[in-house]
Amino acid sequence: MAVDTEKDRLADAVRQVNAVRGRGRRRSVTVATALLAAVVAVFGLSLSVGDMVMPIGKVVETLLGGGDGGSQFVVLELRLPRALLALLVGAAFGLSGGVFQTVLRNPLASPDLIGISAGASAVAVTAALLFQVSGLALSASALAGAVAAGAAIYLLAWRQGVAGQRLVLVGIGVGMGLSSVVWYVMARSDVTDAQEAFRWLAGSLNGRSWGQFWPILGALALLVPLTAVAAHALRPLQLGDDAAAGLGTQVEPSRLALLGCATALAGVATAAAGPVGFVAFVAAPIARRLVPGRGAALPHAALAGALLVLVADFAAQHMLPSVQLPVGVVTSIIGAPYLLLLLARANRVGSGG
Amino acid sequence: MTAYEKHNEEHETQDDNERRGPVVAEHTLQARDVRLGYGDREIVPGLSVTVPPGRITVIVGPNACGKSTLLRAMARLLVPSAGAVLLNGRSIQEMPTKEVAAVLGILPQSPTAPEGITVSDLVGRGRYPHQGWFRRWGAEDDEAVAQALLSTDVLELADRPVDELSGGQRQRVWIAMALAQRTDILLLDEPTTFLDASHQLDVLDLLTDLNRERGVTMVAVLHDLNLACRYADHMIAMKAGRILAEGRPVDIVTEELVGEVFGMRCSVIEDPASATPMVVPLGRHHVKGPEVKDPAA
Repeated sequence: MAVDTEKDRLADAVRQVNAVRGRGRRRSVTVATALLAAVVAVFGLSLSVGDMVMPIGKVVETLLGGGDGGSQFVVLELRLPRALLALLVGAAFGLSGGVFQTVLRNPLASPDLIGISAGASAVAVTAALLFQVSGLALSASALAGAVAAGAAIYLLAWRQGVAGQRLVLVGIGVGMGLSSVVWYVMARSDVTDAQEAFRWLAGSLNGRSWGQFWPILGALALLVPLTAVAAHALRPLQLGDDAAAGLGTQVEPSRLALLGCATALAGVATAAAGPVGFVAFVAAPIARRLVPGRGAALPHAALAGALLVLVADFAAQHMLPSVQLPVGVVTSIIGAPYLLLLLARANRVGSGG
Repeated sequence: MTAYEKHNEEHETQDDNERRGPVVAEHTLQARDVRLGYGDREIVPGLSVTVPPGRITVIVGPNACGKSTLLRAMARLLVPSAGAVLLNGRSIQEMPTKEVAAVLGILPQSPTAPEGITVSDLVGRGRYPHQGWFRRWGAEDDEAVAQALLSTDVLELADRPVDELSGGQRQRVWIAMALAQRTDILLLDEPTTFLDASHQLDVLDLLTDLNRERGVTMVAVLHDLNLACRYADHMIAMKAGRILAEGRPVDIVTEELVGEVFGMRCSVIEDPASATPMVVPLGRHHVKGPEVKDPAA
């Protein structure tokens, strides 16, 4: 009898635990589906709207291989690569920011704030202005800069392991140093060249074509699965180093793998579109707000990042008539107030993040 | 010899095993000649200790005596500069981390709950060492989590975010996470810090239940000497990185030992509730005369 009630109690508890997990999972799937639907909608919109507005039916027809020469050129050569690039760049930034913020347990720890983007910019601008590098080589130099900055920050912050707070502070410091390199190189070069570099620095998808798309697609096909594997250790790592070690995580190697993936993701995205500001910084917090209590919510962060860049690029193209803004200008308009909000909230709670 | 010590002599051998229940734990944990420190600062200059299986061991000592350091080394959180910590006779540094985590659980001093995480999700993370690349969440995991929530009496909080809970509830949730790991050995670093008196008792009672019912070997660092005396089967008193005494609290806790370990004058009487030693500290003020030695006499 007593054994039976004990068993019943456990069975009942298992049901409750199951129900709670089920609710969380359903919400997670619902939000992911909604984000995906929004991404598809904006993607479709950016293919059909432009100097020449094309009905969505015609867009689909063209995508499927139909349509006349004009619409094929507009959709397949001008709009599709740009929209796909926006999608991938946004997803890469969102994923990268989500990993950084979760691993370092700090909402300020995103690649655009802790010097990764600054590293990419410094090397790319130097390569472009002093060595007249362009095209794919320029993208490669941006990626190399991001990885080098990431490695430097990691090593400088190393003291028997890497703590979140120290790495963020070191990263901000390194980022400022690298930004001054950018301005120094710009100040020394010819005005028209500098203007070109400046457009890249703002983060822009203007004039992007298939040439920029294939490299980032290839890189992401490698990096996203790697990140997914490394993210297995995120669940214990989120509980603090000691608890994670107690759960059998190899803390430092896991963290290094995650930060390595996130740095490469940010570097690849920067190589394709320039350091588009604030996407990595806000995408993951938006995702976590939408699915509270689900840990890192990395797929949601990637989707939120993709949506953000698609919307921002659409706005950048069509907000002002006859002016094509760099997409980074629009993302900064969204991101800067969020940074202020975050700082204000942190001050009120009395903790620096 | 005080009346209290006489009383102990008479009752010492009586029904010890009855009170403690059978030893079911099969895993052994010991430190052999470990030297521990952080960087150049050595804290434990060579120490050996064996944790009695199936018992509650409590480590006491003044601040910075190396008690948490020793616990961290036993939990594999700190690599000894010499010597080794042995789990079932094998050095834990040389074992795969997940293999250690399947046997030995730890509740660190200040774990961090990710923002907004729910109780059941947090407790579920205790299943990590039992999951592999291919074996993901299963019925056994659900059962372990449910059992852990039941044992710690937090089932009704399963849906709530951890950051909304009180300190006492939160500590129970962390203990539940350690329980969901289903290890035979559990190491706890000051599990009662930041809790008020009644929640301290709750947590220690809970740990005792788990020890008695499932034979979980416990090692805890505790600050409160009297609670330590009451709840410990085995007590380790440390000072300056060395063990000054170890054994049952009734056997080792004396005025001399407390004086030596904590540098504090006190008198040791019998705890009226548990018949374990009770340390009554004597400061410079509020003490009846300078010669108060044995109020029980």
